[in-house]
Amino acid sequence: MSNIAIKDIIKPENLVYQKTKLMTDKPLSYCPGCGHGTTHRLIMEVIEELGKEHESIGVAPVGCSVLAYEFMNVDMQEAAHGRAPALATAIKRLWPDHLVFTYQGDGDLAAIGTAETIHACNRGEKIVIIFINNGIYGMTGGQMAPTTLPGMKTSTSPYGRDVELMGHPLKITELVAQLPGTYYVTRQAVHTPSAVRKAKRAIKKAFQNQLDNAPGLSFVEVVSNCNSGWKMNPVDSNIWMEENMFPFYPLGDIKLEGRLVK
Amino acid sequence: MTEEIIIAGFGGQGVLSMGKILAYSGIMQDQEVSWMPSYGPEMRGGTANVTVIVSDERISSPILRAYDTAIILNQQSMDKFEPEVKPGGTLLYDPNGISRHPSRKDINIFKVEGAKKAAEMGNTKIFNMIVLGAYLKIKPIVKLENVVKGLKKSLPERHHKLIPLNEDAILLGMKNVEVVQEV
Amino acid sequence: MGELKLMKGNEALAEAIIRAGTDGYFGYPITPQSEVLEYLMASKPWETTGMVVLQAESEVASINMLYGGGGTGKKVVTSSSSPGISLMQEGLSYIAGAEIPILIVNVVRGGPGLGDIQPAQSDYFQSTKGGGHGDYRLIVLAPSSVQEMADFVPVAYDLAFKYRNPAMILSDGAIGQMMEKVEFFEPVPRLKDEEVKARYPWATNGKPVNGERRILTSLDLDPQKLEDHNHHIQEKYRKIEENEVRYEALQCDDADYILVAYGTSARVSLKSVKLLREKGIKVGLLRPITLWPFCTKKIRELVGQGVKGFLSVEMSAGQMVEDVRLAVNGKVKVEHFGRLGGMIHSPEEVVEALEQKIIGG
Repeated sequence: MSNIAIKDIIKPENLVYQKTKLMTDKPLSYCPGCGHGTTHRLIMEVIEELGKEHESIGVAPVGCSVLAYEFMNVDMQEAAHGRAPALATAIKRLWPDHLVFTYQGDGDLAAIGTAETIHACNRGEKIVIIFINNGIYGMTGGQMAPTTLPGMKTSTSPYGRDVELMGHPLKITELVAQLPGTYYVTRQAVHTPSAVRKAKRAIKKAFQNQLDNAPGLSFVEVVSNCNSGWKMNPVDSNIWMEENMFPFYPLGDIKLEGRLVK
Repeated sequence: MTEEIIIAGFGGQGVLSMGKILAYSGIMQDQEVSWMPSYGPEMRGGTANVTVIVSDERISSPILRAYDTAIILNQQSMDKFEPEVKPGGTLLYDPNGISRHPSRKDINIFKVEGAKKAAEMGNTKIFNMIVLGAYLKIKPIVKLENVVKGLKKSLPERHHKLIPLNEDAILLGMKNVEVVQEV
Repeated sequence: MGELKLMKGNEALAEAIIRAGTDGYFGYPITPQSEVLEYLMASKPWETTGMVVLQAESEVASINMLYGGGGTGKKVVTSSSSPGISLMQEGLSYIAGAEIPILIVNVVRGGPGLGDIQPAQSDYFQSTKGGGHGDYRLIVLAPSSVQEMADFVPVAYDLAFKYRNPAMILSDGAIGQMMEKVEFFEPVPRLKDEEVKARYPWATNGKPVNGERRILTSLDLDPQKLEDHNHHIQEKYRKIEENEVRYEALQCDDADYILVAYGTSARVSLKSVKLLREKGIKVGLLRPITLWPFCTKKIRELVGQGVKGFLSVEMSAGQMVEDVRLAVNGKVKVEHFGRLGGMIHSPEEVVEALEQKIIGG
C-alpha cells in the first residue's frame, strides 16, 4: 500500500464525482444538511447538460436563497421579495429563445408573491419556477411560513400553528396545477440519492419543456428540510420531513403535459 | 386671433366630437389648437364639456374660467357657464330643454334649434354639426373647406361616406341661427 | 415635417413609445392614463416593430417586469397614475439600486389615497426626492404639452441608458387627457439582440462565451461595500445635476417677478404672465423641464439679475417651492400658490396671488 502515492489516485479515470462546472467556487452559505445546495447543483447540471450556459437567465428570491446568484454561475438578477415571476415574465418575453427560471422559497412564492406566482402561471409564461418548500422562514430566523404544517412550532407560532388563529397551510403547487397556464407541475425532494435523481429528472424535464417551447409554465416544488429552523440535526430533520411533510405534501407529478395526473 | 370656447351639454350629444372637429379644422389652416375635456365617471350619461382654443399663437392655459364663446346645450351648463362668458363675448344655445334662458345684458346671445332640426332631418346624430354650423355662422374662425378636411381626419374611414350629410347639417345650422341679443 | 395629428397626451405618449424603439411595455389600467395601454393594444406593435405589450396583474408586477426586462438591456416602459406609482416605489428603489435603465410615466391625479381622477401635481416630492427607501434619485422630465408627451420619450430613454438610472416622465391628468396637435419624430428601430449585448455589457441576457457572468442586484450585506456603491451612485447624481438640467425661461430677461411652474401649471402661468404684462407688471415664467435635476443655478442667476420675488405655482400644497427657496436661499421673497385635490388654478387666480403674496406682500 505504501508505494501508492496521492498522484496515482487523483487521475481522471478514477473520478467518481466533481464539482458542478456551473457552480461558482464560492462556499455555500446554507446550513449543512439543507436541501438548497443540492437543488442549486441540480439546476446548474441541467443547464450545463442542455448546453445552455450562455443562454440562461436566473432570478433569485428573497429568503435563504437570496444569494443564489453567488453560487449559480449564469447571468442572474436578484428580485424584490416575491416578485421573481414578474421579472422572469419580462425576461422571457423579451428573450424568448433563452432559458429563464426563478428560484424561490415558500415565503417568497406562496405568501408575499402569491399574486405574481399565480398570474405568471395563469398566463402560461414559458419559464421554469423552482419552489423550495421547507415550511418555515429560514433566513429571518424560523418564523411561520404559508406552508408551515398545523401544529408545527416556529418562532411566530411558538405553541404550534393553530389553524383557527393563523389559518391553514397553503398547497400552492396543487393550486397552480389547476390553472390552464401550467404545463408541468411536480413535487420532489432531495434528501436521498434516489430522490435527488428523480428531482434532477424533473428539473431537466421542466427546462426541456422550455427548450421545446411547450405551451405553459413548468413548476417544480422541492420539499426540503430546514434543520436549523426546525431545531433538529440534519438526519432527524429528514426523518421528520418524511413522517410529517410528505403526508401533507405528497411527492410526485401533479400535472403532465398540461393534464392533471390521477 | 385667439378664440376660447367652452362647449357643454349632456354626454351623448356629441359635445366632445364637435370640439374635436373644430380643433382639427384649426390644424388644417395652420393654427394652434387645444382640446381639454371634462373626464371620468361624470361623463357616463352626465354632463360633458370641452374647452377648445384656436389661436394664431402658442396656446397658454388649456383650462380657463372665462370664455370668448360658450356653446350651451343643457340647463346645467347654462347655469354653470353663462356667468363665465367674457363681457362682450358670445353665448350660443339650443333652447330645447332650457327652462331658464340666458339673462346677461353684456354678451351677444344667439340660439339655434339644433335638436328640433336634427329630428326633422330624421337623424339625431347630426345635432352637433347643426350647432357647429350655427357657431361658424356667428364666428367664421375656420373655413368650411377646412371643417370638411377636419371631418376626414377625425372620422374613421368607414364613416367618410357620412361627410356630405355632416356638411349639409353644418349648412342647415348656418341658416337657422337666430340673434337673441347683440351688444 | 411629419404629419400633424390631433391627439390626447396619453395617446401621443403611446405612439411615441412605439416609435422610440421600445422593446416592452408592461402596465396596469388606471384613470387618467388608461389610454396608453388601450392605444398600444389597439396598435398591435408586436406585429410591426416586435415590441411586447403586456397587461400585468398589478402595478407591483409591472414595475418588477421592468426590473427584469430592463436588466437584460432592453428598452422597457410602464405608465400609471399616482396610486399605482405609489405601489411601484419598492420596485423603483431596487431598480435604482441595481442601476437599471427604465422609463416610468406618472399621469398624476389628486391625492392623498384614492383621491380623485383630476389633474394634480402633488407627487413632486415622491418623484424628485427618491420615493421609495434608500438614497436614490429618478431623472424626472415634466412635459407641459401633448407635443412634449411624445418628444420626451426618446429623451428620457437616452438619459436612462446614459446614466443607467430610472427616468420618469411626470405628467398630469390635464396633459394626458387634452388633445393638441403633435408632430412625431421619425421612428427609431429597436436594437437587435446582438446590438443590445454589444452596447450594454452589464446586462443579464446570457453569460458571454468568453467572459464573466453578470449579476444585477441591489443587495450587499457588507456595509462597507454598500457605502462604496452608494458613493458611486451619488457621484453619478452629481454628474446628472451638472449636465442634464433643462428648463424654459420665457420673458425672464427684464422681469421683476418670476412665476416658477411646470406642466399644466406652466401653461396656466403663461397666460398669467400675459395678463400681468398687460397691466404693466414685468413678469417672466421659469418652467423647469427636468424637475430633478432642478434648475437651481438658473434661479440664482435670476436673483443676481435683480428679480424681486418668485411665486411657485403648483397644483399641490407647495412642494417645488421648497427647491425654489433652497435656490433663492433667503435673498428675495419666495411664496407658493396652488390649488389642491385635482383643482386647477385659473390664470386670473395666479395674477391675484402674485399681486397679493409677492408684489403687495
